[in-house]
Amino acid sequence: MGIISSGFHGKRQTGNPALPPGQYETGSFPVLTAGPAPHIPAENWEFFITTEAGQRHAWSWDAFMDLPQVEIRTDIHCVTSWSRLGTSWRGVSLDTLFEDVESSCEFATAHSYGGYTTNIPLPDLLDGRAWLAWEFDGEPLERAHGGPARLLVPHLYFWKSAKWINGLELTQGDIPGFWESNGYHIHGDPWREERYS
Amino acid sequence: MSPLWRIADVVSGVPETETSRTIGLRVEGLMGNLAGQHVDIRLTADDGYSAVRSYSVATAGMDEIIGITVDELANGEVSPYLVRDLAVGDQLEIRGPVGGWFVWRPTDTNPVQLIAGGSGIVPLMSMIRAHEASENTAQFRLLYSLKSPEAGFYREELLTLSRESPKLTVDYVYTRKAPSDWQTAPKRLTADVLLASILPADPTPDTYICGQTVFVETVAEWLVQAGYPAASIKTERFGGTGGTR
Repeated sequence: MGIISSGFHGKRQTGNPALPPGQYETGSFPVLTAGPAPHIPAENWEFFITTEAGQRHAWSWDAFMDLPQVEIRTDIHCVTSWSRLGTSWRGVSLDTLFEDVESSCEFATAHSYGGYTTNIPLPDLLDGRAWLAWEFDGEPLERAHGGPARLLVPHLYFWKSAKWINGLELTQGDIPGFWESNGYHIHGDPWREERYS
Repeated sequence: MSPLWRIADVVSGVPETETSRTIGLRVEGLMGNLAGQHVDIRLTADDGYSAVRSYSVATAGMDEIIGITVDELANGEVSPYLVRDLAVGDQLEIRGPVGGWFVWRPTDTNPVQLIAGGSGIVPLMSMIRAHEASENTAQFRLLYSLKSPEAGFYREELLTLSRESPKLTVDYVYTRKAPSDWQTAPKRLTADVLLASILPADPTPDTYICGQTVFVETVAEWLVQAGYPAASIKTERFGGTGGTR
């Protein structure tokens, strides 16, 4: 137990077992971005996966929409301490996108329109743990939240769920992305409070 | 920067407005902070319950004392305690300073445009103080959007700096109530007023915007449309959680 602040009682949200340590619940959807939100019309959007062998797999918006679509209901957790429980999304599982990808890499760097990057171990992206989401709460994803499509990796802090996703570059090593180079944890598991490096 | 919790002694508490105050914290072994960084503060109740919130550092320096300015949020969990109850001589736990993105370094040579909405002034004030204390002669300009004169943080210091500093220009926009001698009626910031009150896009200034989410989104969008490169604009958003923090 830390220093006791006499007279401090708090609101006791952390008794909720769905909340990772140090998180509190919010009903809104805060926007946190390092700079202005880019404009990416769906017809200009593309998603790629590149491998160490130089293979490039790419999907246009139409090709992406033709893939099997799934509903996702999940909790999301931001490193700035808010969590939102029971959010609903629609998108494509990364397992689907990786079906024809051959690689021995263990990590990926997500690249976003606008230049943002974040690194994620491949096991955190596969086996039903990550999606490319384009719908939130039954509506197309707003631009401020990463529209037309964002990465959704809900079991990691939300900075890993890169907005305005453009592609994944597979890498042999774990190469720090934008926030990981700016003081944040290389992995970002909210249940372990992997906030800062 | 340190990810570990450390103990801070509360060494001062100075009201900024009716709902906010600046708290001086001494942390043994601390070597100051980069201008624009934030710290996490942890409060613990007597039964072990604890809550953590992030606050921007308002000061800049290399010593063991930093200042955070906390604005009390209605229905807040932590801020009312920090503004109303925490006393000089108390202790709390602190983590940081952290952040390497929304920061200004005295080695940066570009002109700097700061745009603050309300309490978003805090990390920008840290940059102004670091700039004033340094040999850096790059031009700084601050646009501070406020509900009313009474809502302004660091009023005397900004007034003095805007009169005396050759390196800083300060502009105000009042959205609900203007000073009695003010030339224009209070109104929301518009793109025209914004663009008339900031450094021009050429040569490109480094621009830092901090405030409520809607303010930041709107201002950033206007700047991009006016030709300021997106890569030159850094943003930090406050109050995005519907008033719960």
